[in-house]
Amino acid sequence: MPDSFIVNHDNYTDNYIRDILRSVHSIAIVGASINWKRPSNFVMKYLIQKGYRVIPVNKNSVGDQIYGRNIYPDLSSVKETVDMVDIFRPSKEAPQLAENSILIGAKVFWMQLELRNDRAAKIAEDAGVKVVMNRCPKIEYARLFGELGWSGFNTGVISVKKRRT
Amino acid sequence: MLKLHPNYGFNTLAVHSGSAPDPSTGARTFPIYQTAAYVFDDADHAASLYNLQSPGFIYSRLANPTVAALEEKLATLEGGRGGTATSSGHAAEIIALFPLMAPGMEVIVADKLYGGTINLMGKSFQKFGWKAIFVDTEDPESFQSAITDKTRAIFIENLANPGGIVTDLEEIVKIANGAGVPLIVDNTLATPFLSQPLEWGADIVVHSTTKYLSGQGNALGGIVIDSGNFPWLGNQKYPSLSSPSAEYNGLIFSETFGDLAYTMYNHAVSLRDLGCTQSPMNAWLTLNGVETLPLRMERHCSNGLALAEFLEKHQNVEWVSHAGLKSSPYFKLGKKYFPNGTGSLFSFGVKGGYESGIKLLESVELFSHVANLGDTRSLILHPSSTTHRQLTKDQQIASGAGPEVVRLSVGIECVEDLIADIDQALNNLR
Ligand SMILES: Cc1ncc(COP(=O)(O)O)c(C=O)c1O
Repeated sequence: MPDSFIVNHDNYTDNYIRDILRSVHSIAIVGASINWKRPSNFVMKYLIQKGYRVIPVNKNSVGDQIYGRNIYPDLSSVKETVDMVDIFRPSKEAPQLAENSILIGAKVFWMQLELRNDRAAKIAEDAGVKVVMNRCPKIEYARLFGELGWSGFNTGVISVKKRRT
Repeated sequence: MLKLHPNYGFNTLAVHSGSAPDPSTGARTFPIYQTAAYVFDDADHAASLYNLQSPGFIYSRLANPTVAALEEKLATLEGGRGGTATSSGHAAEIIALFPLMAPGMEVIVADKLYGGTINLMGKSFQKFGWKAIFVDTEDPESFQSAITDKTRAIFIENLANPGGIVTDLEEIVKIANGAGVPLIVDNTLATPFLSQPLEWGADIVVHSTTKYLSGQGNALGGIVIDSGNFPWLGNQKYPSLSSPSAEYNGLIFSETFGDLAYTMYNHAVSLRDLGCTQSPMNAWLTLNGVETLPLRMERHCSNGLALAEFLEKHQNVEWVSHAGLKSSPYFKLGKKYFPNGTGSLFSFGVKGGYESGIKLLESVELFSHVANLGDTRSLILHPSSTTHRQLTKDQQIASGAGPEVVRLSVGIECVEDLIADIDQALNNLR
């Protein structure tokens, strides 16, 4: 494995996260809730607004839709390309979900805030899949592309360029 | 010093963080967004904003772009996760505690504080049912023994009023951690240039931005900065952040927003309801002030110390309380927590008591007689004839405001001019 692939999971660089958010187009959200008040539903709505094709996965809500998208029971049933898998499931399920993500050809395996499983990360990274743990793609998108500063947060972004609106 | 950014140091961040060129016009100085409200794209966008599903602007009581730029700049300089700017330093103290407190709950408060804060917490907080327990700043043991199951926070000043006092921050951090409550530090007198309390393990920082941060005595303001490190999730002591919010459809702030929860709550609930928001104009003045903070603080510190050293040797001066003087009981703590200087606010005792104090402030020509601090101009105050005049003589002495006490906030003028001026005024006493 080339050195450049070794990622510090305690401290991701902004470029690493930015590259991921720029390169993926379709995101499967495992554990996406039909309840619009749940965090997974917030994330899904936000990512759709930002132009991602979002695919909800939740075995308890098959037959339902979220924001007009059909819910799949599991990753292997998804009939579309999936660039990134984002999980809202307990950390202990992460290794299995990492393997399923590899099987469907995902390029990124992302675990939500409060989730960390280094074994899952190794499984994914050994197969060339990029990993992010204990982060939220909604917060990271907002942070790196300017919106989080609107709420008074420290984005870490320093620029003398005029940002594209 | 805390590593604030992977690529840039403090002075660079003071200039650039939070205030990138305006995205719509390219304006290089950050614009003043002097508006009360913002147009929604459509009904769904409005719903997303009201439900906290997307970041954005609704109404300037909750958030405003110019105010947000200041919040980001100061959160960056303190090494925090986010900030909530307020209409004054006092408002910041209230907003800092609002997510944590409830009627019947207690906050442990150090006794060496700005007098206004003692009034606010000791008296006005009673109207909210919040109980302030005052303890001895210099005795960490007194903090420990004040902890009860109702304690919800500890509040201290870092470099403390009435000037020249240094709190042993590390000791208080240990007590807060042991008690499982956040430590709130008022860092007004030091500013993040001299000390970053979050680096020592504090959880929340507050400022009166009216002082050194805006720097020119022209804009009231305050800010609350959150480290993002306190564990709110599932924490029964802090239901505002750990249990469902009826007003936001049952959302749990700590679950939905992770380490952004406290700052989100302060905008979405505290500012929304209490309304003590900073104005865009004041945020803009302060934003410009902070860009030169490092330069000004260096000069404030060197001028302050030079004046303290001069006064210590003057025949008409009884004592000087400045943590940078070797004679100060706080000298060692000062070196530990404030290696680059202990600010420019200090007090001294003039020979001849009350009458001399009055005569002194009437004889100086460069020191303005005002009740403020942290201005480019040097300021002088005689507490017993002004801020503390309603107290008895004994009360004045107990609060460090005896009849002989003169307080200086040293500005950034030529130090030799300041020394010559105070010298002639002291010699004029007779
Ligand atoms: C240390 C400190 N905290 C808080 C305040 C209150 O701030 P403001 O006057 O901006 O309300 C002051 C000053 O007056 C102060 O010196």
